Amino acid sequence: MEAVFRTCPVTGLKVERNAETLVMFNAVTSIVFLLVGGLLALLLLLTRWQAVHLLPADFFYRLLTLHGIAMLVAWIVFFEMAVLYFASAILLNTRLSVPYLAWGQYGLMVIGAAITAVTILLGKADVMFTSYVPLQAHHMYYFGIILFAVGAILGVCVFFATLGAARAEKTYVGSVPLVTFGAIAAAIIALLTLAHGAIVFIPTWLWALGIIPMMDPEVYRVLFWGFGHSTQQINVAAMISCWYLLGTLTVGSVPVSEKFSRSAFTLYVLFICIASEHHLLVDPGISTAHKEWNTGYFMHLAVLASMMHAFSVPAAVEVAQRKKGYTKGLFEWLKRAPWGDPGFSSMVFSVVGFGFLGGITGVIYGTEQLNIIVHNTLRVPGHFHATVVIGTTMAFMGITYYVLPLIFRREVMFPGIAKLQPYVFGIGMFVFSTAMMFVGGFGIPRRIWDITGAEAPFPVAYGPTADLALAVMAVGGLLAIVGGGMYILVAVATVAIGKKINR
Amino acid sequence: MSIFIPEKHWWRDPLDKDEKVWLAIALTTSIVLTLAMPWWHVTQKQNPSSEYYKIKPETFDAATDRFIQEFGEKDESGAIKQEGGIDVVAPPAGDIFVRGQQFKWSPVLKLKKGAAYRIHLSSIDVLHGFSVQPINMNFEAVPGYDYVLKVTPTTSGVFNIVCNEFCGIGHHTMVGRIYVD
Repeated sequence: MEAVFRTCPVTGLKVERNAETLVMFNAVTSIVFLLVGGLLALLLLLTRWQAVHLLPADFFYRLLTLHGIAMLVAWIVFFEMAVLYFASAILLNTRLSVPYLAWGQYGLMVIGAAITAVTILLGKADVMFTSYVPLQAHHMYYFGIILFAVGAILGVCVFFATLGAARAEKTYVGSVPLVTFGAIAAAIIALLTLAHGAIVFIPTWLWALGIIPMMDPEVYRVLFWGFGHSTQQINVAAMISCWYLLGTLTVGSVPVSEKFSRSAFTLYVLFICIASEHHLLVDPGISTAHKEWNTGYFMHLAVLASMMHAFSVPAAVEVAQRKKGYTKGLFEWLKRAPWGDPGFSSMVFSVVGFGFLGGITGVIYGTEQLNIIVHNTLRVPGHFHATVVIGTTMAFMGITYYVLPLIFRREVMFPGIAKLQPYVFGIGMFVFSTAMMFVGGFGIPRRIWDITGAEAPFPVAYGPTADLALAVMAVGGLLAIVGGGMYILVAVATVAIGKKINR
Repeated sequence: MSIFIPEKHWWRDPLDKDEKVWLAIALTTSIVLTLAMPWWHVTQKQNPSSEYYKIKPETFDAATDRFIQEFGEKDESGAIKQEGGIDVVAPPAGDIFVRGQQFKWSPVLKLKKGAAYRIHLSSIDVLHGFSVQPINMNFEAVPGYDYVLKVTPTTSGVFNIVCNEFCGIGHHTMVGRIYVD
């Protein structure tokens, strides 16, 4: 395959066709999974809302498993592959190295995700996203995840090969751009994480096939979270790269200090992978000293990194806005920001939601003593819907409004809907996540079909306030689903029938 | 611009005062948060237990059965009383057993306010979540591990043990009970 380039009229970047095509394929596939996950979210929400209680029990558990895989794994990782190819080949003005391998990434991930999804839908894998042993799924469930992970590893290898080629061919001089640096951090974390994934899923697959005996359940939990939580740190690094990217695309921001931002990314690489024991704070099998060391020292150095970005991303926007002359008072720069640009408003929701709602609650819930009242209640999904949905998903949604004209070269359809979309989705998710954490405060468990104990030996009641809070959660969730639908409508319509932009 | 190559010597550019101040605030916060956990662990009374033993699920199962036989509440005929199909046990202070299995917590416990218990918590099949409601205290029941929770009830009343770790399609039917008087 020969490298064919075009020059982007907006950014002046040289865009290679292979890189562009792969960004497109991965992005479109990710949105297909977002659509699937979103439809499931609607059904699950209407079931958790005890007043409606839509699905039967087995379907609820089955679809909840699929919702986790479709959203947390497929939607996000496919989009991240697009981000990696963009941050390497396109930002460094180079060709994508080993494009065959990149197509291998795409093919394996599609096949893997499909195998896992079909296995779940056939009712052979009602094990939830975490698939804690000894609860067993059909061996094809684990096989699909392994294929998907191998695909993702190939994608990361292509990313590093492209970086190496760009350096060797001198398509740039000096250091890589900050967004690429952030993507490198994400890719390094991805390799460490996927290694944990291999250590945990390959033996589990062999166990499901009956070849080897079961892994110790507690060892599985430690290893699983070495994979499961660190995966979220890939998202964090990719998301923050997207914040810097959106700052540049929307208001032309320049990082206030490259040193400051890059040091923060480095802290993620060094510390965030290790700090996964906050899932195991009320488990047997691990000593208190180890839990506290792991979730204290290690986690808070990663928290420090997030706090640094929380300063430098808005600071870069402020500096850029002030340079444009919005200097009146303390907040004119913020008032005159492009609030009608869905890229900008998505970024603001992402920064605030991830930092305040998701990040702070995460730090609180990761405290040993407080975890006793948090563990496995709805507080936990409330927290990670703030980080992963308001944070990562909204950052990726914001990027989409720029990927459509720059990579797909089509004018964004329905600009009015696009303008409103981040507000509908963002406000919906804020209400949903906050209410979910509130509901969890009553002790209501996560991942449960019925909270009344109707089919249990003893009835359970959480009181009318909890019921009211569940209704608020449902309203927020429904609003967010409308916002998600608006995003998919705009994205799909633009890709399918949007007006082509001539170069 | 964060999408373009940075200027040379970016590493040598000094940080602004604003950044230094923020860095100091953030670092202090992180250090305080890090120290809070061990500080609370030493000075406060409510901490997750770190006492656990490896145990075979069948050994734990047998130990729970022995516990039920020894301290089970008996009716006139000498059979152990049941509630919701689960044996009822009124043990004295000391070691007591809570067994998780698909989809049942057993036995039903009748505890005394102010008495010090050592709850041996485990599962004999898959993972279960030991969630005591409405006081909302949550621990993990892991097969192969005997997790010892040191508990002294301070409030009398009726408490449910809700399973909050997904354990199969009947997960939501897994509710146990503790009475304290």
